[in-house]
Amino acid sequence: MDRRKFLWKTLGTGFTLGTAKAMAHDKIAENDVLLNNSEYDLIAAMGGNPDEMFDKAIAAMGGIGKYVKRGQTVVVKPNIGWDATPERAANTNPILVKRIVQHCKDAGAKDVFVFDNTCDNWNRCYENSGIQRAVREAGGRMVSGATESYYQNVQIPNATRIKNAKVHELILNSDVFINVPVLKHHSSTRLTIAMKNLMGIVWDRQFWHQNDLNRCIAEFTRFRKPDLNVIDAYAIMMRNGPRGVSTADVVVSKSLIISPDPVAADAAAAKIFGMEPHEVGHIRIADELGVGTMDLSKLNIHRIRV
Amino acid sequence: MKLYFLKHLRVVVSLLFFVAIFLIFVDFRETIPNSWINATLYLQFLPSLLKFISTLALASAGFFIIILLTALFGRVYCSSICPLGTLQDIFTWIHKKVSPLKIRKRFFRFSMPHNFWRYGILILCVLSFLFGSIFLINLLDPYSNFGRFSSNFAQPVVVYANNTLVSWLEKMNYYWLFPTSLRSFYLTSFIFPVIMIVVVFWLSWKHGRLYCNTLCPVGTFLGLISRYSLFKLAINTEDCNNCNSCVYSCKATCIDRKKKEIDFSRCIACFNCIKACDEKAIYFKNDWFGRQKPVLALAGAEGDGPSVSKRGFLGMLAAGSLAIMGFRQNEGSKTPPPINTNVVPTLPTTVPVEPDYPVAPPGAGSIDHFNNYCTACTLCVKACPNHVLQPSFLQYGFKGIMQPHMDYDSGFCNYDCVICAEICPTGALLKFRDIDHKHTTQIGKAKFIKENCVVETEGTDCGACSEHCPTKAVDMVPYGDTGLFIPEIDEDICIGCGACVYPCPTRPYKAIYVDGNPQHLLVDKPEIQELDADQLPADDFPF
Repeated sequence: MDRRKFLWKTLGTGFTLGTAKAMAHDKIAENDVLLNNSEYDLIAAMGGNPDEMFDKAIAAMGGIGKYVKRGQTVVVKPNIGWDATPERAANTNPILVKRIVQHCKDAGAKDVFVFDNTCDNWNRCYENSGIQRAVREAGGRMVSGATESYYQNVQIPNATRIKNAKVHELILNSDVFINVPVLKHHSSTRLTIAMKNLMGIVWDRQFWHQNDLNRCIAEFTRFRKPDLNVIDAYAIMMRNGPRGVSTADVVVSKSLIISPDPVAADAAAAKIFGMEPHEVGHIRIADELGVGTMDLSKLNIHRIRV
Repeated sequence: MKLYFLKHLRVVVSLLFFVAIFLIFVDFRETIPNSWINATLYLQFLPSLLKFISTLALASAGFFIIILLTALFGRVYCSSICPLGTLQDIFTWIHKKVSPLKIRKRFFRFSMPHNFWRYGILILCVLSFLFGSIFLINLLDPYSNFGRFSSNFAQPVVVYANNTLVSWLEKMNYYWLFPTSLRSFYLTSFIFPVIMIVVVFWLSWKHGRLYCNTLCPVGTFLGLISRYSLFKLAINTEDCNNCNSCVYSCKATCIDRKKKEIDFSRCIACFNCIKACDEKAIYFKNDWFGRQKPVLALAGAEGDGPSVSKRGFLGMLAAGSLAIMGFRQNEGSKTPPPINTNVVPTLPTTVPVEPDYPVAPPGAGSIDHFNNYCTACTLCVKACPNHVLQPSFLQYGFKGIMQPHMDYDSGFCNYDCVICAEICPTGALLKFRDIDHKHTTQIGKAKFIKENCVVETEGTDCGACSEHCPTKAVDMVPYGDTGLFIPEIDEDICIGCGACVYPCPTRPYKAIYVDGNPQHLLVDKPEIQELDADQLPADDFPF
């Protein structure tokens, strides 16, 4: 993480420009050159399909090349927690995941890995969510998160409740970490968005439930903030979350949020859902801990109508 | 007539069945389609017979084909189709290979049948079954024993090998194979498989197919038929030069040299004798319309001949009697669930979980039906993708020992999965009409123990139970004015899948459990309502 930040800070825009020019053949990233100086903290898009909203939003953010350099390894972490079809919106939209993988591959990523530590049987989740197929079509690789051997113990800095956790090796070994949650109702944390999605990169979730779930979610974000959070709010499960009972729980909202700050991204998504950020325990605690900010008025937000 | 080919045919067919069934039992990734599994196991005698009794469907009458085959050619089932028979042949074959030439050439001798034991065991099996206990049958049924051996001893090895291979491949950046977690280990589920593999190994190592001709109820039953079968092996006394080659090669030790007779009730139709006889003196004769007098003389009465392990057999008898006495006893396990050491409990929970009934798998219809027809072959245990099906010990009481139960410490039942009901070969689990049928079948009811719940004991949010619930029968409702949410159960839409139990983090006792339904019930699907206007998301940027 430090190494990557160092790279960005020292090489900065010039490097990004160069990379972008080197990829001039790249159709998806054609806007990169114009917008790579983006100062936006958060970008929200509404009214389009998941893939076109992501195209526009990432372009406004400065292009995927701002995050993914040629030859790097990328781990994309969608929510694939449930054995449910895409219409149920229990998992991240496969069209969005596919598009993100395509962007990473086009930016020259050496490998794009996708996994989740699912709640239902992982084979069924990967298959029935449509994500496995979408990722493979885009040239990414699906990796299992279902055996403990993938997880390594890490320390969480400055934590009071979750002092260590076993984290999937892909998160530890990949150069770039893109978090792609889906915005959903959640029966105990009220909402599940970007920070809550990180429960899918750890092995021992029961510990979280037992030791102040909301605080664990907020504190764990300190371990490794995703480089980019892409929130899928194309179709939103408004009740019976996080698994959902039927498609009657789902409303098509056609929204998307991207931000490097998971707290800000969650705050914006909460507002789209119709809740105030402070009503969600882990968003409020994360804001207090200074992991990010839930005060959207302090942020430079770019809104895109597709 | 040259009948040598019969032995080779037998070897090929038996290996095909053996390998196919073995693969079914070690497959851990649902690679073998259910239809193949059903087709391969169609001819297994006892499962098919039980399925026929439980469903009265002619489609499951594979056992009838076996009876016909036996009536025509003798116990070809035992030599070619039964996987445990082939396993014993493999043990014997190895013993032969490692023996000195002198012993190898004269490996078997004629022995008298143990009629008291074989018929006694068969009668006990039938009686105990009629009185409601299938335990003795399960203990001795060859197919089910083979299933337990494979899933208990071989599958973990295969999974371990797979995982080792995967870790090498992933180091080289190949991701086309995946590791698999082993199912939970319960010492109690190993007791009977370990005893039985020792018995089977020892008997086959020393005495060929003695298991099949003494302990196996299927072998004894088919022996009753093969005694009168149409075509029988016989020795042409004119061609026989008394070389004894056939006797030395007979795994069933049923060729009487002195009388030049073959005890066809014990002959398993392996055709080794045909191959062994240089004089071609062994042939198939038509026993019904042939001219020769019947060759079979029921040799020996009870009490004579060396008994292999009288004590062992007495033990079996004792177990059989207990099985009869123990029927219809339902003693739920009173021991607390195993503690998951990965989780450090902040406050240990205090209220023990004491369900009235264990949970029988979906498709069982009722605990009684399941207990009456399940042979504990563990096919469903190995196939269950969520590892929720585990062999029981005393959960169902004595009569259900080894039969699988829903173990929610180990996993939970996937809402849309019906594999166990699709592949059960004995009819203990019956297929669902469609997926809606499964979605509305209640195998048990979730019960909440508030005193154990994190929300109550820790005063923090949890909701792991409600998260996983596929019908939202377990919902989170506001807990007083604490700002917290606590589980509430709607038993009318609960199906007892245990998705709430498995993730519950409290130890040593969980705060939610499923009490089994003795009779599985049909319940409503959750009511689907339209969303209210105030439940809709923002339609323009709210920031």
